[in-house]
Amino acid sequence: MSDLLKIAGHSYRSRLLVGTGKYQDFAQTRAAIDASGAEIVTVAIRRTNIGQTAGEPSLLDFLPPDQFTYLPNTAGCYSADDAVRTLRLARELLDGHKLVKLEVLGDPNTLYPNMIETIAAAKVLVKDGFDVMVYCSDDPIIAKQLEEIGCCAVMPLASLIGSGMGILNPWNLQIIIANAQIPVLVDAGVGTASDAAIAMELGCQGVLMNTAIAAAGDPVRMAGAMKKAVEAGREAFLAGRMPKKLYSASPSSPSAGLISRT
Amino acid sequence: MPKNMQLTINGKPRSFDASNFSVADLVGQLNLEGKRLAIECNGEIVPRSQFAEVHLVDGDKLEIVGAVGGG
Repeated sequence: MSDLLKIAGHSYRSRLLVGTGKYQDFAQTRAAIDASGAEIVTVAIRRTNIGQTAGEPSLLDFLPPDQFTYLPNTAGCYSADDAVRTLRLARELLDGHKLVKLEVLGDPNTLYPNMIETIAAAKVLVKDGFDVMVYCSDDPIIAKQLEEIGCCAVMPLASLIGSGMGILNPWNLQIIIANAQIPVLVDAGVGTASDAAIAMELGCQGVLMNTAIAAAGDPVRMAGAMKKAVEAGREAFLAGRMPKKLYSASPSSPSAGLISRT
Repeated sequence: MPKNMQLTINGKPRSFDASNFSVADLVGQLNLEGKRLAIECNGEIVPRSQFAEVHLVDGDKLEIVGAVGGG
């Protein structure tokens, strides 16, 4: 009974990938991630606070790199050059770690991705030996191009980062999934458990989220809900749903054997 | 050799009372020893294994980064 998520030659039991931002504190981050069951967690690369007290805890103390697969991201990068530079630093930081999340943004208000810069960065990173999971728009042609470049997973948005608007274009996602030979994960836009379940029912290999958990009223509880939703959606996809019909002349109870006055 | 060395670290100028010191010395001076970090000097990554060998010169621009929470 093993239905594993396979990315770049590694297998994972959990199909839920989570971010580590926007939590109250590191303890809450850890509790939510434990409740989510996630094995892959995203982290950002930022300038070290010079002059901070030596004993100050860091994210890595709460999420030891030997217990989780770190997925360093390029959040906040607006050019291919910055993204490549950031991930090279991440590789050095994480002892040669190759699995990365590439995202290059195009607009600070919407956080919509810049796919021209993303493609340019993906080419450099793949050539440089990185395993690139790439955040992208839900354009099927772009998604296919990213696969052809050699990315190990494409991660189209469900809706804009941090919006919680859910899956706005399931049709495009279905086209991307149907055409892809590599895992397709929904990244960004999931707002609640049903959104995650729908993504999985569409045939996504996984879901990546941060704000939906971190900004929930009770993040730890929502993390548990997301775990169940991703599992339920995956099971439903594998089971194969019944066809949709406007109405059905086939009731669930037998038509024969009804009591009668006559 | 200038006695007072000026470096730009994470975008901020800082001066050091030394004319010859390594990346490892800098990490020590900034109380960052033992922390997981990556360092770029003038746009080039300095591998951790070379911290002791790479020496800094006046005007060097350094980026010192770590992992933080993010989505």
